Amino acid sequence: MLLGRTANGLYWMNRYIERAENMARLVDAGLRMALTRTQSASEEWNSVLLSAGSDVAFTQKYQDYTAANVADFLLRDTSNPSSTMAAIETARNNARMVRTALTRETWESINEAWMSLKRMLARPIDERDLPSVLDAIKRETALIRGSFYGTMLRNEIFDFSQLGTYVERADNTARILDVKYYVLLPSISWVGSTLDNYQWESILRSVSAHRSYRWVYDADYKPTNIADYLILNVRMPRSLTFCYRFLAEHLKFLGDDYGERHACHATADKTQAMLRAGSIKDIFDAGLHEFLANFIRDNTRLGDEIAQDYRFN
Amino acid sequence: MRLAAFDEMLPEVSGLRRPYSAYDRWLKEQDPARLTEKMQDAERVFRKTGITFAVYGEQEASERLIPFDIVPRIISGNEWRRLTQGIEQRVQALNAFLDDIYHRQEILRAGRVPRELIAKNEAFLPEMIGVRPPAGVYTHIIGVDIVRISEDEFYVLEDNARTPSGVSYMLENRETMMQLFPELFQKIKVRPVENYPQLLRQSLAAVRPQSTKGTPTIAVLTPGSFNSAYFEHAFLADQMGVQLVEGQDLRVVDGHVAMRTTEGYKQIDVLYRRVDDSFLDPLTFRPDSALGIPGIMDVYRAGNITIANAPGTGIADDKAIYSYMPEIVEFYTGRKAILGNIPTWRCSEPDSLKYVLEHIDELVIKEVHGSGGYGMLVGPAATKKECEDFSKKLAAKPSNYIAQPTLALSTCPILTDKGLAPRHVDLRPYVLVSDRIQIVPGGLTRVALKEGSLVVNSSQGGGTKDTWVLDD
Repeated sequence: MLLGRTANGLYWMNRYIERAENMARLVDAGLRMALTRTQSASEEWNSVLLSAGSDVAFTQKYQDYTAANVADFLLRDTSNPSSTMAAIETARNNARMVRTALTRETWESINEAWMSLKRMLARPIDERDLPSVLDAIKRETALIRGSFYGTMLRNEIFDFSQLGTYVERADNTARILDVKYYVLLPSISWVGSTLDNYQWESILRSVSAHRSYRWVYDADYKPTNIADYLILNVRMPRSLTFCYRFLAEHLKFLGDDYGERHACHATADKTQAMLRAGSIKDIFDAGLHEFLANFIRDNTRLGDEIAQDYRFN
Repeated sequence: MRLAAFDEMLPEVSGLRRPYSAYDRWLKEQDPARLTEKMQDAERVFRKTGITFAVYGEQEASERLIPFDIVPRIISGNEWRRLTQGIEQRVQALNAFLDDIYHRQEILRAGRVPRELIAKNEAFLPEMIGVRPPAGVYTHIIGVDIVRISEDEFYVLEDNARTPSGVSYMLENRETMMQLFPELFQKIKVRPVENYPQLLRQSLAAVRPQSTKGTPTIAVLTPGSFNSAYFEHAFLADQMGVQLVEGQDLRVVDGHVAMRTTEGYKQIDVLYRRVDDSFLDPLTFRPDSALGIPGIMDVYRAGNITIANAPGTGIADDKAIYSYMPEIVEFYTGRKAILGNIPTWRCSEPDSLKYVLEHIDELVIKEVHGSGGYGMLVGPAATKKECEDFSKKLAAKPSNYIAQPTLALSTCPILTDKGLAPRHVDLRPYVLVSDRIQIVPGGLTRVALKEGSLVVNSSQGGGTKDTWVLDD
């Protein structure tokens, strides 16, 4: 038996842990682009902000798209609710609220991540330290994930946590693709240009997949392969298909445990079936942007339905 | 003014006391540098596990640690037996007093406690008149604050019959000591405290409503994660294996209190609440309370839920009632109180007020309804100006205050940068009441960390120690 409020806390705790890490990943990819392509740096930072869903809030505060400004806004500015620091703090507040549902190891890893990031992000980041700060953020969230997977019982508590993780991750991957969908389109004038090559690598970097891509596809970056990898690959841990495989699975566990299926089950199953049946060619033919926009909308709806069906809205 | 205090380890006159002899032998073999290291280890453990508390009214409030000292406070088996007899008697009397005061009020008719002390008291809840809680128990969890001033003299400083806190520190202090010094626990037989959560759970289950079918569902009610004692609420719920709920999770469904779960509403039979009376039910008490459950008092009056501690128990630990405790104990148990009170002047009485005003620089003066060491004056430690200002407050509303002599509380050594140094301590043992009375051997020792200070409250810079009752 689980309180609705506890399910809510677990769900959001994990969404925010995922988000804290995704912000670091986005800044990492942006930094790489800015270092190698100095002319288009500000454009690149703009798309980082778009992917983070923070572009409007950013422009209210800053005029220049510089590494220092973007990193500050996405990593340490607590007035931005999605910044790594704000996300880790929200995750920890949720963890505190659901403490009795977590193993000691899990709680301590979240608490320690919060303590160490709070210390590290207390002052503006020196640009020379940015890479090590990004590493530290990823390390802290990796420790949380490790303690969580290593010690938590696979019950409803685990299920609600995973739902939060995968709803957030699917949203993140879809947004990254949608911001850059145009560089993946087979438009003649751009194909094969070096600019595209960097853009493509940047997409892969923002989901930490620039190395694993080569294990699966040819060494050369091809837009259809990149889209295929991030959307349809079953083995790639940040692909949309991968996220929905686990969303459907954890919802099925909950449905079986409670002996009841809800609207969220139908929504997740439908999206999963669509991803399974789809080919990347079909997706491009029907329009990549339309596909992603629909996906993001349905994914948001799934989150709402889960909250409604399990009484934590 | 410095008071000559009785040191529980090494009194000046008689030398090392027996309960400490084995510990002292061990201590002498230790490298001081290693002990300092252990002290730092302890702080890391506490911070890592998030054992923190919030201090009200401070800007940079968020979270602080209660300092922990690694020198245990040691009590012999014999001393403990004497203490427990006194505590049991007192706790029986507290429950009998509550039952009487909300029913026939014999003690008022007998003139042993003044009627106006009850009628005008905010802690007295007219809503509880004629209500008999399940199993007849009013105060289920009690913390009795005890001070010592010599080898044989123990006094009750105050009773905590509402929602005594701090038991999680008792448990975590022991856990920490066992992690830091496992070898000590092999050398010295210390009675265990770690089964407290199980005892609490059994105790709560034993006072379930009569109508409960099967195993009762128990929950801990917390004001929420921003409450200063939230860590303890979560800790106890976790250790007992019960739900930690907030008011927003609960509502009245079909005459029972129920919690909103992922599968719909589930009935609760016993609620261990850590929310004050006035916030418990917005329909009965404070209408602006968002922490309570509308209608829970109706369920309670119908006998369909146990609330621990019962609403209205505050009348038993009120500081104005405190001075009558010797009479109360004798009235209900038929015997003189085994554990005495500290002599107390009731400032509402003109003669006492006169005495208190004349001797203000020697006395400790407390607000009748205050807690946590706020709003009190420690005469000998106060400046002339502070005494004068307080005298004015006192004269303006005498019935709001009581006064007590400044006792030389016993001391116990703590580890400082310069080695061991004596500091004043008190003791809060925890008592569980159901169909029986159980007292966990030990309790929370609070220690004033500042040299010479008598204020042990954590909100005022006090720390804690592990408390050992020897199995001898």
